[in-house]
Amino acid sequence: MAKRLIPQNTKDVLEIVRAAVNDKKSVEIIGAGTKRGWGRPNEISDLMNISTLSGISLYEPKELVLTAKAGTPINNIIQTLSQNHQQIAFEPPDFSSLYGGEKNHGTLGGIIATNLSGPRRIQSGAARDYCLGFEAISGRGEKFKSGGRVVKNVTGFDLSKLLTGSFGTLAVMTSVTIKVSPSPDKTRTVLVYGLDDRMAIQALSETLQSSFEVNAAAYMPGDIATNSSVSYVAAPGLSVAAVRLQGPGPSVDARCQAIRNLWQSYGEVEELHSHNSFGLWHEIRDVDPLLNNKQDQIWRLSVAPSEGANVVARVRNKIQSKAYFDWGGGLIWLAADGDLMGVGKILRSAIGSGGGHATLLRASSELRLESSVFQPQEPKVSCLTKSIKENFDPERVLNPGRMYEGI
Amino acid sequence: MRMPKPDTAIISQRPKIIRYLKEILGDNVISDPAGLRAYECDGLSAYRQLPLVVVLPETTKQISAILKCCNETGVKVVARGAGTSLSGGALPLADAVLLGLGKFSQILDIDYLNRAVVTQPGVTNLSISEAVSDEGFYFAPDPSSQIVCSIGGNVAENAGGVHCLKYGLTTNNLLGLEMVLMNGDIIKLGGKHLGSGGYDLLGIMTGSEGLLGIITEVTLRILKKPEATCCMLIGFDNVTLAGNCVAAIIGAGIVPGGMEMMDKSAIHATEEFVQAGYPLDIEVLLIVELDGPSVEVPHLIERIKNIAHELESDYIRVSENEAEREKFWAGRKAAFSAIGRITPDYYCVDGTIPRGRLPEVLVRIGEMSKKYKLRVANVFHAGDGNLHPLIMYDENKVGELKRAEEFGSEILKLCVDMGGVLTGEHGVGVEKRDLMEKMFSEEDLKQQQRLKCAFDPHGLLNPGKVFPTLHRCAELGRMHVHRGNIPFPDIPRY
Repeated sequence: MAKRLIPQNTKDVLEIVRAAVNDKKSVEIIGAGTKRGWGRPNEISDLMNISTLSGISLYEPKELVLTAKAGTPINNIIQTLSQNHQQIAFEPPDFSSLYGGEKNHGTLGGIIATNLSGPRRIQSGAARDYCLGFEAISGRGEKFKSGGRVVKNVTGFDLSKLLTGSFGTLAVMTSVTIKVSPSPDKTRTVLVYGLDDRMAIQALSETLQSSFEVNAAAYMPGDIATNSSVSYVAAPGLSVAAVRLQGPGPSVDARCQAIRNLWQSYGEVEELHSHNSFGLWHEIRDVDPLLNNKQDQIWRLSVAPSEGANVVARVRNKIQSKAYFDWGGGLIWLAADGDLMGVGKILRSAIGSGGGHATLLRASSELRLESSVFQPQEPKVSCLTKSIKENFDPERVLNPGRMYEGI
Repeated sequence: MRMPKPDTAIISQRPKIIRYLKEILGDNVISDPAGLRAYECDGLSAYRQLPLVVVLPETTKQISAILKCCNETGVKVVARGAGTSLSGGALPLADAVLLGLGKFSQILDIDYLNRAVVTQPGVTNLSISEAVSDEGFYFAPDPSSQIVCSIGGNVAENAGGVHCLKYGLTTNNLLGLEMVLMNGDIIKLGGKHLGSGGYDLLGIMTGSEGLLGIITEVTLRILKKPEATCCMLIGFDNVTLAGNCVAAIIGAGIVPGGMEMMDKSAIHATEEFVQAGYPLDIEVLLIVELDGPSVEVPHLIERIKNIAHELESDYIRVSENEAEREKFWAGRKAAFSAIGRITPDYYCVDGTIPRGRLPEVLVRIGEMSKKYKLRVANVFHAGDGNLHPLIMYDENKVGELKRAEEFGSEILKLCVDMGGVLTGEHGVGVEKRDLMEKMFSEEDLKQQQRLKCAFDPHGLLNPGKVFPTLHRCAELGRMHVHRGNIPFPDIPRY
C-alpha cells in the first residue's frame, strides 16, 4: 500500500528521502498534483506531497525577484505580483482543462520541474530562463542550493537549468527563486483571417523578422478557431493567424498599425483589445481549443518554425489529426484519436532531420508506455542522461521512470 | 594560487604524446618553446604556465580522436577559444594538452526565416552580428571583448555584456550545440527549435568553463535590430541618489537596453583619455540606453527624465543623433583602457549584488581602498547589479599585487554577504576558485562536482578551475557523508 507522506518542512523532506534510500523505496513527488498525467506510468512505492511547503519568503519588486517555497500555489504568486503591476514573463500554462481539476491550481515547483512556458517563449524565454536559484534535497538525501537571487551570475555550474524540466527525477526542490517582470501597460492582438498553414506561418514569420517586438505569434486552422471563446476568432469560421503586441500605449498603437499595414495584402485584418487578447492567448497557452474530445491523445511538438507547416502536412498524410501552432510555427499542439497506437513514431518521423521533439501530454497508460512520452534520445545523449541520474539519484528514489525507462 | 601538482609520469611521456597527436593532426601540433609561449596565459595575465603541447584541430572528428586518446591515457586537456578569459579559465597546465579552437572559424548557416545562425566556435562574437547586419539583425550578448572573443568561449563562460539587462546572457540566446565529450563521443543538443526533450544539457553546458566538453558548433538566436536607439547621461551628486534612480527606473517597469554607472575617478580618467563630453563636477554618472520601436523610445526618455528630476539630478543629456550616442558610449567603452593609462597595472573585479545595495557597497569599497592603500575606479553594469571595480596597483612595488588581490577578494566576499554572487560574467576560473566556499557549502559544491563526474568521470577536462577541492568521482559516489565532516582529509586542497 502506497504511503502518503506530507512533509511540514525541509527537514522532513530530507528524512523522507533518506528513509526511502535506506528502505530501497521510490517516491513520487507532487505539489498540487495537477500534472500527474504527464509522464510514463510507473510503479512507485510512496507519494510525497510538498504542497505544505508554501509561502513567499522574499519579494522585492524593485529587484524584480521573488523567492517562494516550492509548494506555493502559482495563483498566489500571480496575485501578489499583480498588486505591483508585475508578472511572470514566461506565462506558465494552466493545464486544468487538459488534466482536469481546479483552474490555476498548480505550484511553483511543478512549473519549474516541467519547464512550462507559454506564448511569450519566443521573445522572453522559458521557465528555465527565469529560475535564478533553488534549494533542494538530492536523491542521495543531501540538502543543497545553487544559483542565487541575481540575474547575472556565472558562479559555478548552472544547476538551476539542470533541475528545471527534470520532472523531479534528480532532486526535490524545496524553494525556488525566480526573476519577475513588469506587466505591460497595454495589450493588443492583430488577426488575419483565412490563410492556409503555410501562408499563415509566412505571415507570422514576417512580423517576427520585423522590429515591431511581437511577443506572441500563433495560428489556428478554421476547425480549431471555431472552438475559441473569443467571438472575433470563432465566428467567421475561418482560420486565424494572430500576433500580440504589448508595451507602453503609444508604442503598441503604432506597432499595431504597422502590422495591420503589413498584413493587408494577406487578407482581412482585425484587432483585439485587452479583454479578448487575454482570452485568446490564455486559450492558446492552455491548449483549450484542442480539447473538445476528452478521449483524444494530445501531443506537443517543438520544431524549427519554418518546418512547422511541413511537419503537420506529413502527419496529416498518415493519420487523422487536428493541430494548431504557437511560437511562430515552432510549437505544434496536436490531437489524435485516443485509441490510435503508433502516433509517436509517425510524429517523430515527421519531425525527421529538421530537428525537434515530440512530447505526449495526455493519453491512456497503455499509450504512454507504447509511445515514449518524451522524445527518445540518441544513444550517446541517453548515456549522459543516465550518468547524470546515477550521480544525483543513484538508488532511483525520485520519480523513477517518469521521463525515461531507467531514469 | 596553487594549481594541481603536475603529473610527472605524463610529462615524461611528452615525446610519445606529441607523436600520437601528430598522427591525428599532422602539422597542427605546436611543441617548440617559442610556439608554446604564445599560449602561456589568457586575459588574466598574472598567471602563466607553458602547456605540455598545443593542438589546433580543424575538424570535430579530430577533436573526438584527441579526447578519446587523452581519456584512455589519462592526459588532461584545457580548451582555449580566443584566450580573453579574465578569470584564467584557459590557463594552461604543465601536464595538459592545450586545445585551441582558432581554426574553427567559419559561419556555417545564416537562417533568417528561423532567426538563427549556425557557426563554428572560433568565430568572434562581433563577426556574428556583422554577418547578419545587412539584413538588420544582430546577436544580442556583447561582452566588451567582442571584437576578439570567440563564440565558443562566450558559451563556455556564459558571456554577458552591456545589453544583457534587456536581452539576456549567452544562455538565453543559445539554441543548439554540437560538442565532444571527454570519451570522444560527439553529441548534438538543441537546434533551430526551442527547448530540449530531456534534461537541459544545453543550459548546463553554458557557463561550464570548459569542464564538461569541447564545443564544436553553436546555433544562436539572432534578433532584429531595434528601430530606434537613444542614450542618456544622468549625473548625480551622490551615489545614493544614483542608486535610487536605477531602482526607480526598474521599479517603473522600464527595462532599458543598458544601464551603466561610473564613479568620479572613472569619469575623470575616461574624460582625459577620450573626451566623451562627460561632466567633471558630478560624483556619479549613469549611462542609460533605450532601444525599441521609434514611438516608444522618446516616451520612455520622458519618463526617465521625470524620475531623474525628482531625484534632484541637475545634469541630464539625451543623445541627439547616432554620432552623439556613440560618443556617450565611447567613454564607457574606453573606461578600462583609460584606467590603464593612469596606473601601471589594474585588477578588474567582477561580482554581482542586488541593485538596491549599490550605494552601500560603493561606500564600503571606498573604505577598503583606504585600508589597502590602493586607488579604485568603479564601472558598473548598474541595471543588473554587476560590479567591475578596477583596483589600481603597481606590480613592481613589492606586495602591491598581493594587496590588490586581497582587496578584490574582500569586495567579492562583500558581494556574497549582500545577497549577491562571486562572479557576474567573468567566470570562476582559477581567479575566484578559492572563494567558492564563501558562497557554497561543501554539500553544494559536491552536487556541482557530481555533474562534472557525469560528463568527465576521470576529471581530465580543465582541472584546477572552478572547484577549490578536487574530489575523485568514486568518493563522491558514496552515500551519506555526514555534514561538516570533510571526507578524505588527505586530498590536496590548493
